Amino acid sequence: MLKYFASRLLTFIPTFIGVTLISFAFIRLLPGDPIIVMAGERGMSPERHAELTAQFGFDQPMYIQFWNYLTGVLHGDLGNSFVTKKPVWDEFFALFPATLELSICAMIFAVALGLPAGVIAAVNRGKFFDRTLMSTALIGYSMPIFWWALLLIIVFSGILKWTPVSGRIDLIYYFPNASGFMIYDALMSGQSGALWSAIRHLILPTIVLGTIPLAVIARQTRSAMLEVLGEDYIRTARAKGMSPARVNAVHALRNALIPVITVIGLSVGTLLAGAILTETIFSWPGIGKWMVDSIFRRDYPVVQGGLLLIAVMVMIVNLTVDVLYGIINPKIRKR
Amino acid sequence: MLLKAKLLGMAAAMALSAGAAHAQALVYCSEGSPEGFDPALYTAGTTFDASSHPVYNQLVEFKVGTTETQPGLAESYEVSEDGLKVTFHLRQGVKFHSNDQFTPTRDFNADDVIFTFDRQGNPENPYNQVSGGTWEYYTGMSMPELIKSMEKVDDYTVVFHLNRPEAPFIANMAMDFASIVSKEYADAMLAAGTPEMLNQAPIGTGPFVFQAYQKDAVVRYVRNGAYWGEPAKVEALIFAITPDASVRYQKLQAGECHVMAYPNPADIEAMKSDEGVKVLEQEGLNVGYLAYNTQVAPFDKPEVRKALNMAIDKQAIIDVVFQGSGQIAKNPIPPTMWSYSDATVDDAYDPEAAKKMLADAGVSDLSMKIWAMPVQRPYNPNARRMAELMQSDFAKVGVNVEIVSYEWGEYLERSKDTARDGAVLLGWTGDNGDPDNFLAVLLGCDAVGGSNRAQWCNEDFDKVVKAAKVTSDQAERTKLYEEAQAIFKDQAPWATIAHSVVFMVTRPEVDGYVVHPLGGHIFNQVGLK
Repeated sequence: MLKYFASRLLTFIPTFIGVTLISFAFIRLLPGDPIIVMAGERGMSPERHAELTAQFGFDQPMYIQFWNYLTGVLHGDLGNSFVTKKPVWDEFFALFPATLELSICAMIFAVALGLPAGVIAAVNRGKFFDRTLMSTALIGYSMPIFWWALLLIIVFSGILKWTPVSGRIDLIYYFPNASGFMIYDALMSGQSGALWSAIRHLILPTIVLGTIPLAVIARQTRSAMLEVLGEDYIRTARAKGMSPARVNAVHALRNALIPVITVIGLSVGTLLAGAILTETIFSWPGIGKWMVDSIFRRDYPVVQGGLLLIAVMVMIVNLTVDVLYGIINPKIRKR
Repeated sequence: MLLKAKLLGMAAAMALSAGAAHAQALVYCSEGSPEGFDPALYTAGTTFDASSHPVYNQLVEFKVGTTETQPGLAESYEVSEDGLKVTFHLRQGVKFHSNDQFTPTRDFNADDVIFTFDRQGNPENPYNQVSGGTWEYYTGMSMPELIKSMEKVDDYTVVFHLNRPEAPFIANMAMDFASIVSKEYADAMLAAGTPEMLNQAPIGTGPFVFQAYQKDAVVRYVRNGAYWGEPAKVEALIFAITPDASVRYQKLQAGECHVMAYPNPADIEAMKSDEGVKVLEQEGLNVGYLAYNTQVAPFDKPEVRKALNMAIDKQAIIDVVFQGSGQIAKNPIPPTMWSYSDATVDDAYDPEAAKKMLADAGVSDLSMKIWAMPVQRPYNPNARRMAELMQSDFAKVGVNVEIVSYEWGEYLERSKDTARDGAVLLGWTGDNGDPDNFLAVLLGCDAVGGSNRAQWCNEDFDKVVKAAKVTSDQAERTKLYEEAQAIFKDQAPWATIAHSVVFMVTRPEVDGYVVHPLGGHIFNQVGLK
């Protein structure tokens, strides 16, 4: 197991270097001189332009800029944002907990509903429930997040008034957001009602962000289950007189989980992409919105540093998924 | 010990805010996050809303709702006969705010004024490079060339020696970059090794005291009890950062905020018929225009430019491109600005007459380019669509139009070229409410090859605008600017297209909110019924 883990870890290194290079090149490939964009209609004199170019280090040859960036990264220094002038590292970790909290909730929502739905659909293949569920999943998968979010806000916040429109907590609650995880901080604040308020604010964004993964997981679980249910050992188990529940849950589901876990791992990327829109609509102070704003402002250090950190997060998730495979399926780690 | 102090501070802050929020907290759904809290470092209105307006004061200030100035931290000022010496008499007994790290030991005085500008203009000042200072507005308003020196006469008198007489200097002193910061605080933070706190935890003299900022989520302020002017009407001010316009409207309806900025133009009609909200409107301090290249034939002839202007159906543009959130522009300056000439008669939309004028000018089979900006701006929400409408308008008078566009940075650069092929769609948002900021910057001879996209240099016009710049009497300046507007209309270097209309939406209980023509959102005078 340890050897398996170590080999997985080794693949990290080339990926990391590649990601560093891509994140550096990506923002520079976009057209637009960041200094001219910054000045806008007002414009600036050529001397001032040259002065600022030198100040930001853009007058250096590209390979020197990359070298400086790479050595910075290896020393844990991602540079300072052009806009806020704060270290990218600090900004990322101030905002990341909000994205993580929302993503975890969305993932729990998607798995908790998607797995059982997929299993039930597979067991009832071709019946009414299966058909309804799968067509709903298709709709969920193709739903534009933007539209879906506004629809939920209008119905649940506007008309029914069950949930707040946006934000992370009611503004009357004010405590230092020490950990960045609102649920935890609200619980620790000791202010009555804070926790409930934080949970209520999470409901709609969780549903919106979790919808696509939910649909994907439900469909994947169903097809994986169907495949496994057709296997000989399931027939054997049934023939031995085992209860259908035990056959489905223990024998079939465990084997069906491998492709499902792959999908869950891949969904992390989807979640981060979905987080951009979800965070914008629900005024959720996470990294998705921060990245998009920075691309428009040509805030190079934030874009390259943020991309790198996100990539590393995704790599860690993939590594975890690989390790989970090993646990679920002993055959894999022996290969 | 440190932990205990921190906890005590937290408890105090909590008690304060919980109480304030329950009592009279005004919640403003803002459209974005402030970049920081030192207004001199930035140029975005969103940043000024959260910094210069609530937290700071300037030597002179804009009367809310107008582009006129009134005394601020300077009780009065005099300009010398030759216009080269401006003396500010400072207000006494003005207190700076305090926070966890800093408590002022003295009142506001001349040192603060000198520090405020010195750090922006003097590379030797220890704060010149702090927070990567580029001082965009200070340099953009030509302050380095204008200010020769500053002199502290006594604690409450400061003299600015200028290199040339310049009437708009007073209006510049009311701009956001001229917000007065505390020298004592700056010194303390420098000594503590945290000079960036000046930008992160601002200390000012303004009506609200900055309390906390949670990035991309909330900015909190409490009322400044020791404010020198009329104290704020609400006890707390909260900015709930809400980037999506539809969501801002939902929040307003749900009572999660009291005031919202920048509604969707498409929602305005529904809002106006919504009993639960009030819609306020005013023309923005901007102009959207089409600038011909007046150095290239046949656009060097005023009658050709005028004919083309007459071919444009501006009302259609207002309806389609602005969806009603715009107003036809006849002058190069917006109607909320002093000296706006009501006497100007706009070129009437008349394709037949335009056709005839073109023929009389000897122009036939004309082909031209119209440049459409790739970005959305208040003065032009959809340049591509606007260019398409003009293309069809011009086709009706026999002029063939090709629409071109470039990436924004390129667009700005290439459109400055005096040999440029084509007419450019662009616009301008005013900085200091002074007509010079439009007329000289956009149409003066000095700006040809730069921000004068029409490449238009008219001696009469230039003379009048330059004379107005060195005259300090406002009535006299008004006359000169009215004359300049008449010359402009006669010569038609641009087709003036539109001024945007700014909408603000509030809940009915909000009292005293005024849309500010300079574009800021100001809450000192706003109460809750």
